[in-house]
Amino acid sequence: MRLYAVVAAGGFRRYATYRTATAAGVFTNTVFGFIMAYTYIALWNERPQLGGYDTSQALTYVWLGQALLMASALMGGGFEKELVERIRTGDVAVDLYRPADLQLWWLAADLGRAAFHLLGRGVVPMFLGALAFDLAFPGSLWTWPAFLLSVFLGVVVSFAIRYLVAMSAFWLLDGAGATQMAMLAGLFFSGMLLPLNLFPGLLGEVARALPWSSLLQVPADVFLGKHIGWGLAGVYVFQAGWALVLLGAGRLLQTAATRRVVVQGG
Amino acid sequence: MAESVAVPADEEREPAGFAFEDRPRLLEGFRAYGLIMAMWVRSTMAYRASFAMTLFGDLAVTAFDFVTILLMFTHVDALGGYSLPEIALLYGLSATAFGVCDLLLGSMDRVGGRVRDGTLDTLLVRPVPVLAQVAADRFALRRLGRITQGLLVLGYAVACLDIAWTPLKVLMLPMTVIGGAAIFGAVFVAGAAFQFVAQDASEVQNSFTYGGTTLLQYPPTVFAKDLVRGVTFVVPLAFASWLPALYVLGREYPVDLPRWVAFLSPLVAAGCCGLAGLAWRAGLRSYRSTGS
Amino acid sequence: MDRKNPWGRGNRGDHSDQGPTGSDGTTRESTDMADDGFISLDGVEKVFEVRRRAGLLRRERHEVRAVDGISFRVARGEMVGYIGPNGAGKSTTIKMLTGILTPSGGRLRVAGIDPSRERTRLAHRIGVVFGQRTTLWWDLPLRDSYRLMHRMYRIPDRRYRENLDRCVELLDLGQLLEVPVRQLSLGQRMRGDIAAALLHDPEVLYLDEPTIGLDVVSKAKVRQFLKELNAERRTTVLLTTHDLTDIEQLCGRVMVIDHGRLMYDGSLTGLHEVGESERMLVVDLESELPPIRLESPDGGDQPALRAVKVEGPRQWLAFPAAASAAPLVARIAADYPLVDLSVREPDIEAVIARMYASTP
Repeated sequence: MRLYAVVAAGGFRRYATYRTATAAGVFTNTVFGFIMAYTYIALWNERPQLGGYDTSQALTYVWLGQALLMASALMGGGFEKELVERIRTGDVAVDLYRPADLQLWWLAADLGRAAFHLLGRGVVPMFLGALAFDLAFPGSLWTWPAFLLSVFLGVVVSFAIRYLVAMSAFWLLDGAGATQMAMLAGLFFSGMLLPLNLFPGLLGEVARALPWSSLLQVPADVFLGKHIGWGLAGVYVFQAGWALVLLGAGRLLQTAATRRVVVQGG
Repeated sequence: MAESVAVPADEEREPAGFAFEDRPRLLEGFRAYGLIMAMWVRSTMAYRASFAMTLFGDLAVTAFDFVTILLMFTHVDALGGYSLPEIALLYGLSATAFGVCDLLLGSMDRVGGRVRDGTLDTLLVRPVPVLAQVAADRFALRRLGRITQGLLVLGYAVACLDIAWTPLKVLMLPMTVIGGAAIFGAVFVAGAAFQFVAQDASEVQNSFTYGGTTLLQYPPTVFAKDLVRGVTFVVPLAFASWLPALYVLGREYPVDLPRWVAFLSPLVAAGCCGLAGLAWRAGLRSYRSTGS
Repeated sequence: MDRKNPWGRGNRGDHSDQGPTGSDGTTRESTDMADDGFISLDGVEKVFEVRRRAGLLRRERHEVRAVDGISFRVARGEMVGYIGPNGAGKSTTIKMLTGILTPSGGRLRVAGIDPSRERTRLAHRIGVVFGQRTTLWWDLPLRDSYRLMHRMYRIPDRRYRENLDRCVELLDLGQLLEVPVRQLSLGQRMRGDIAAALLHDPEVLYLDEPTIGLDVVSKAKVRQFLKELNAERRTTVLLTTHDLTDIEQLCGRVMVIDHGRLMYDGSLTGLHEVGESERMLVVDLESELPPIRLESPDGGDQPALRAVKVEGPRQWLAFPAAASAAPLVARIAADYPLVDLSVREPDIEAVIARMYASTP
C-alpha cells in the first residue's frame, strides 16, 4: 500500500514540475469557459429551466467541465500514451515481472496526476468563472465532500477506460485509432460539449447510462445538488459499478496480454 | 577584445560544386515547404487504410462541434437571434478557414518541444528558411477531414439560406476562407514565436486558434460586447467569419462599423501575416542569441 | 593580451602573436584569404544570461561566459579534434561555426562567410553531424531523407547519385535505405547521418561526438570513412569527441577547450607531454607476484613504470603516455612469466584535469 502511495505522489509531482504548461493550460481552460458560458447563456435565455437547470446552474456546469477536463481526463491523456509506447517497444515485459501490480501501479500514478490537475488546472478557472458569472455554489457544506467522492469515482472510471484502450495496443498495431475513438467518446458522452440531460430521447438515455457520464455529468449533478439522500447513494453505486466492471475487464485483458508476452518470449 | 567587426562579405571564395545563388527567401521558403510536404504525403499514401481511418477520425472529431449545435437546436429555434442555417454559415466559414490553416500550419505548436529537445538546431543548419521547415513538418493530409466537414456545413447553409446572391456576396465566401485562413495562420505563427520564449506555452496558442474558431461558430450577439470588440480590433479573428458572413446575411454587426469593412479582410490578413512574420523573426533571433 | 594559455605555443605557436586584436580589420583580411584561415576565429565570445529562481518571485540574473575569447585558424583540408570536458564550450563553438548561434563578440569566418549573418548561404558549404540528435527525418526511411536533401540543396542529379552510391558503399548502408530512421541502431543511424551531411559535397564537416555510444565495429567504420574522405576530397573536418582514439587515428591537431578558453593547440603527443598523462599496461602473470619494478632505461631516479594496482596475478602498470610501450613489454616479458597484456589509453578527462590543475 505504501508503495502505491509513493507512486501516486510521484504522479502528482511529475505534473507539478511543468509550471508554464500549467499556467498556459489554465489560460486555455478559462478562454473556453468564457466562450461556452456565453453560448449557454444564449441557450438558457431562449429556454429557461432547460434540462432542469436554471441559468446559473448551467453556467456552473460549464465551469465544472473546464475544471474537470484535465483531472478526469475527459479527452484522454495522461498515462496511456506512455503505456502504449512501452507495449510497442516491449519494455512492458519488464513491468509485468515487477513485484507490483501493473494496473494498480498505473492507477496510483494516474490518481496522483488527477489530484494535481484538480488543484492546478481546476481551481483557478473555477475561481475566475465565479468572478465573471453568477455561479450556483453548493448551499450545504456536505455537498463538497460528496462532490469530491464522485469526482474520485469518475477518475477511477476514466482510468479504467483508458487502461482498456492502452491494453488494446497488445493486439492492434498502433494505439492511435483506439486512442482517438476513446477521445471522441469521452468528449461527447461525458457531457463536456453539452449536458447529457439535453440529449434527446433514446440518445439521451443511452448516453446517461454509459460509463462516460460518470466523468462529468454525475459529479456536476452532485455539485448542483441534484442527487441527495438515497439518490446520491444510487449514483455512487452507478459510478463504482462501472469502475469495477471496467477495471475487471482491464484485468482480464492484462492477463491475456501477459500470457501473450510470455509465449512470445517477451 | 569583444568588439565584433562588421566586415562586408568581400572574402568570397568560389562556392562548392553547385553554385549557391541568391534567391528570394520567400520563394525558397515555399519551395522547401512544397518539398517537405510532398515527402510526407508520399509516406502517408504508403499506408492508405491507416490514412483513410485517421481522415475519418478527424472528420468525426470536428463534426462533434456541429452536432452540439444541432442538439441545441432540438430545444430552440434560434440562438442569439440566429436561425440554424445562419449559424451554419458562420460555422462553415470559420471551420473551413481554420481547417485550411490547420492543414498547412498544424505542426507549428511543436516549436517549443523542438527548442527543448534541441532538434531546432538541425533545422538551422539546412539551407532553407526555418519557418518553412517547421510549418511543413509532419504535414498531415488527414487534416483534410476538418476542411471537408467545414465545407459540408457551408454547403448546407448556402442551400438552406434564402439569400439574394449578388456577385459581391458570392465573392465574399472564397475571400473569407482564404483571408480567414491567413489570419488564423498569423495566430499560429505568432504563437509559435512565443514558444521561443515560453517553451511549454503551446496551449496559449490553442486557446486563440481552437478557441477562436469555436467562438466564431456562434453568432456575435451571443457574446459580451467587449469580447466582440477584442476579436475585431485586437486579434482580428472577426474578419475570418463574422464580418463577411454578416454582410452576406445582411445583418447588423454588434460593434458599430460601416458595412464595407467586411471587404477589408484580405488587407487585415496581410497585416496580421506581416506582424506574425516580425514576431517569428524576433523569436528566432532571441533563440540564436540565447541558445534556448 | 594573451589569455591564460600556457600551452598555446605548441607547434602552432606562430598564431599566438596574431592575437584577437587589431580592430581596423585590415590586416586580417589578408590572413583570411591565406590557406590557413579557412576557418578563423578571433577573440570569439559567447555570453549567456542565465536567470535563476532566487526565492519565490525574485530571479537573479548572472552571466555565463560559455566561450571566452577563443582564437584559432584551421587550414583547408585539416582534420582537427576539438576536445574538452562537458560544458567547456565545445558545442557552443560548433553552433557559432554553423551559424546556429550568434557570437556575442569577436570575429568568426568560415570559408570567408560570417556564419550568423549568412547562415543559409553557409549551409550549402558545410555538413553537420550532431552525435546526440539526428538531422534525418525520424519516422521516414533513410532514402526519403536523402531524396529530400537532394532537392533541398539543389544537388545535380549525377553528383547526388555518385555521392550517395559512394556513401552507401563505404558506410555499408545498402540494407538500411528503406528502414525508418527510428528503427536504426545508434551506429547505423550515425552512418546514415554522416552520409546525409556529405551528399552536397560540403567543404567543411563538423562532427559533434560522432562515435559516442557506437560499438567497436561501427567506430572503426566511421573513422576509416572520415580518413578517406579527408584524403580524397580535402574536406576540412572539425570534430568534438570524448574518445582519444578518434583523435589519435584521425587528427594531426588537437585543440583543448575548458571554461570557454583554448587551453592547448597542437599535436596529440604534445598534449600528453604537457598533460603528463600516463598510459596503463595491464599484465596477467602466471602467478601472484610482488609489484613489477623496472628501472629507468637511462639510469635516472624515475622508474620506467610504476605499479598502480595488483589484483592476484593481474597488475596495472602506469607509464608516461609519450613513452613507447614496446621496450617496456619486452623487458617485462624477459624478466617475468607473462601470460597476457593490454595497453589502456589515457582518459581525456583525466589528461585535461591534470593540465588544468597544473595551471598557476
